[in-house]
Formats: sequence, C-alpha cells, structure tokens
Amino acid sequence: MIPQLNWGDIFSFQDYGELLALLSNSLIAGAVLGIVGGLIGVFVMQRDLAFAVHGVSELSFAGAAAALLFGGSVVVGSVAGALVAAILIGVLGAKARDRNSIVGVLMPFGLGLGILFLSLVEGRTANRFGLLTGQIVSVSNPDLGWLIGMSLVVLLGMLLMWHPLRFDSLDPESAAARGVPTRTVSLVFMVLLGLIVAVSVHIIGALLVMALLVTPAAAAMRISSGPVAVPVLSALFGFVAAVGGILLALAGSLPVSPYITTVSFLIYAGCWLTHRLKARVRRV
Amino acid sequence: MSNSEPGGSEPSGSDSSGPVLSIRDAALHRGDRELWSGLDLDVAHGEFIAVLGPSGSGKTTLLRSILGLQQLSGGSIRVDGKSTRRGNPRIGYVPQQRMLAPDTSMRARDLVALGVHGTRFGFPLPRTGDRARVDRLLGAVGAEHYADRPVGLLSGGEQQRLRIGQALADKPSLLLCDEPLSGLDLANQRGITSIIDQQRREGAGVLFVTHDINPILGLVDRILYIAAGRFVLGTPDEVLQSRVLTELYGTPVFVLRAGDRLVVVGAPDAEGAHAHEDGDAA
Repeated sequence: MIPQLNWGDIFSFQDYGELLALLSNSLIAGAVLGIVGGLIGVFVMQRDLAFAVHGVSELSFAGAAAALLFGGSVVVGSVAGALVAAILIGVLGAKARDRNSIVGVLMPFGLGLGILFLSLVEGRTANRFGLLTGQIVSVSNPDLGWLIGMSLVVLLGMLLMWHPLRFDSLDPESAAARGVPTRTVSLVFMVLLGLIVAVSVHIIGALLVMALLVTPAAAAMRISSGPVAVPVLSALFGFVAAVGGILLALAGSLPVSPYITTVSFLIYAGCWLTHRLKARVRRV
Repeated sequence: MSNSEPGGSEPSGSDSSGPVLSIRDAALHRGDRELWSGLDLDVAHGEFIAVLGPSGSGKTTLLRSILGLQQLSGGSIRVDGKSTRRGNPRIGYVPQQRMLAPDTSMRARDLVALGVHGTRFGFPLPRTGDRARVDRLLGAVGAEHYADRPVGLLSGGEQQRLRIGQALADKPSLLLCDEPLSGLDLANQRGITSIIDQQRREGAGVLFVTHDINPILGLVDRILYIAAGRFVLGTPDEVLQSRVLTELYGTPVFVLRAGDRLVVVGAPDAEGAHAHEDGDAA
C-alpha cells in the first residue's frame, strides 16, 4: 500500500492567522533556541563536540522519559539527564579519544533506558515518541517559559566567558599558559551545552538536536571565517531554521521537526555550494 | 597604554638587575622515580638558554612548572623575583607549531588578539587600545601583510609568528619556547629564531626547549642538557662534547661536526619506558 500524502498535508494556509496566535509561545521558544543553538554550535565545532552533543541528547531523552514514567516534570527530567551526561563527558573526556569512547558507551545506554521507560508509560501512545522526534506543539506554556529562560541563561553564560572560551577552544595549551582557568571554562561550557541540549530535545527531539546545534555553525564556517561573522551567521541560520520550520509546519499537518531539519540542511547545502563556487572562481 | 615599544602594554615594573628566572634546588619525580634533583638555574635578562635532552627527561614539565601549571617535586622557582604563579603576565609562552584547521573561524589578528583579551571574562566588547596593541604585535612579528587573512589558510611559519605575537602581548621579561621550530622549514626557522632573538636583545630572558640545537647554535649563551637523571649546564662549547655527553648519558655518545652543524650520535632517543607519560615529545 502506498502511503497517502497530499500537498495539503505539507502546505495549507487556511486558518493560518489563528494557528499562529495559538503557537506564538512555541515560536518565541524556537527563535531563542535557534539563536543560542547557532552560537553555541560554533564552539561545539571548534571543540570537536558534535558526537558528544548526540550523547548528551540521548541521556536527556532518558531523563525526560523517566520523568514521564515516574510522574515528575519532563523538563526537569530532561535537564537532569543532560547535565549528568554533559558533566560526565566533561570530567572524563578531556581528550578527544576518551571522550568519543565515553559518548559511544553512554549513547546507546541512554537511548535504551529511555525506550524502556517510555514503553512502561501507559496511555497516550501517539505522543510516546515525541521526545525522540520533537513535540514542541504539545509543550505546555509554563514549560515553554522554562525552556526560554534556560536558553537565555546559556546565552548569558556564553557571552560572559566568550574570550576565554574561544582561547581555550582554539589552543588549550596556550590558554592555560596565559592563565585561563581551562578546567573551569570547559566544565561550565559542558553545563551550558547540557542545558541547551535539554531545551532542544523538547523542541525538535533527541534524535534531531544536531540540526540546531551543529548544522548552522557548520554552514556558517563554510562561507566565512570572521570571529564575529561566523557566530552571527550561525545564530541567523539557527533562527531561520527554527522559526522558518515552525511557520512552515503550521501550514501543514505534519510534525514540526522535519521542516526544521530540512530548512537547516538546505541552508548548509547552500553554503557548501557557495563555498565550492567561490573556490572554483578563485582557481580560474 | 603609552608604551611605544612593540607589543608593550605596561612597563615591566620590576627590577631588571636580578635574574629574570631563578630556579633553586628543583627536583622532579615521576611516580616514585626521581627524574632529576638539585637543579639550580639563573637566567639573566637578555640571556638565551637552550634546554636539550631526550623525550621524557622532564623538559616540558620544567616549563609547565615555571608557568605555574604543575608543581615541582621540590625546590623553588622565582620569575622576576616573585614566586611563580599561574597566568603570570611576565612570562610569554610559545608552543609547538601545530597546523590549525583550515576552517578555523579566526583571522590572523584574532589569534594575536587572544594574547591581549583571551583571559578576559565579561561581555566581549572591544576596548579602546586593543586594536592598536594588536597592530603593534603584528608588526613586531612581521605579520602585518596577512593580518586579515583566515589563520587556517596560512603556512606553518606564518601561524607560528602569530603565536609568538600572542605570547608577546604583555611584553614579557621571560620567553618560554617549547620546540617552536619543529615542523618548520629552514627559512621559517630562521625567521622565528630572529624574532625571538630580537626579544632577547630587548632584554627578555629566553628558555628554549629543543631537540635540534643547530638552528639556534649561534644565539645560545648556555645549554641545560638533561638526560639519564642528571644534567649539565654550561656554554655550548663546554656541554656539546663527546666526553661530557658520554658522562651524562653513561653510554658512549659522540658529538660530530658536519660543516657548521653539530650532530649527536649514540644518544638514546627516549628516557626509559615512561617516555610519553607527560606528553613530553622530542
């Protein structure tokens, strides 16, 4: 049987205004996450933490699933799971090799644990896997407030240690020699990363967080190398992907996440092409 | 910020008569094994000292101790008359050359700027005077003409000049160089050593860890040669002799002259089985 998919499922702009009003808080959350995720992505790339982001998100998912099963707050559960993973990776995985093996061990464990918890949750089966693939539409308003607040905390933390963090991300040895408290900086960064991953899990789902925490920065780095231009472009790309994705999803009856990941991917593809064309022009 | 010297940010504010670096009775253990002990070393202003020895002999650890990043097993270290501490602006540190990733999101001047504001917490707002300081540093290492190019696209020699510029940000009175020439071609080795020598002539003491003495042989005042749990300290002519190194290593070692180059033959490459424990690669 061929699944039925009409264009109306993907795009339909009937009652768009009313839907927009209903989802305005989701939009704000998406916008803030897009910007902060884009910014932190620059450091994720520079510190070679893309794989770690994935590991943290799976443990965040496990924490949220545990909260769902045992009746706690899903947001608190996801934050707890993400922080445990982020701090573990930060403390034990200073070297890239150690880190990759720790993430490789944590990730399936977290995912498995989360699936176990979810399968024990009774009822509401339709939404059961929302944590994995995104469910921003079903996040309650108070929870959205928490997500926005956490994103702002991450933004503030990142800005306050911007220079030392950049120094440590580029050349930890010289940074330490010059007096940057590299251990503290790395650990605080992992905590910030844990928080923003937990936020992302609610908005686009544990399996897809990379679309907002890695792809925008990777795209920005394709087309620019300025110390201001790259973070600004990355934040802009994250914003466009998150907000654009939600706005497009409103016009259809499909989940939000595929729209966000597709926009994010298209931006990357565009930047990659631009980079290739520029390189070719330079060679000719 | 009225100092007009290249890279100068503040007057050195210390008496320039005493030694810039003073190490007393230093000892280093690794595990329960003693690497060496009883090391006394004074580095005067304007003095260039090379540190030689096989990997695992504790050269890098010595540098890290001076930087206050690691504790010696015994003894004391004073820089400009004051006990060593982490983040001492009197010390400039030049690391080994490693190629930066091509997509590193920084221009040449941003790498140098990390020396100026890289330890500054708080909102990353530009401060007046920062740019002029960075420009002076870029000039001091001859990097003006690629100041705005992405660092990832620069050659190893160009990147290494920028690292020196970064290290000179506070006009340090002591330069610690950890194999800064490795991986560079001859022309770049000359360029880098002449920048370091320029700093020495302006009064900085230089401690230069290397596995190849030849590129700096003409500049070196004294050599600290660490091997086999012992060390010798003296002028190049005193230290680089077959008899002296044979006694140091406790195994026959020959110092040969090939034109104006020196070759040490027969020296064991690494120190025992724990050679790479502290990442002290030669």
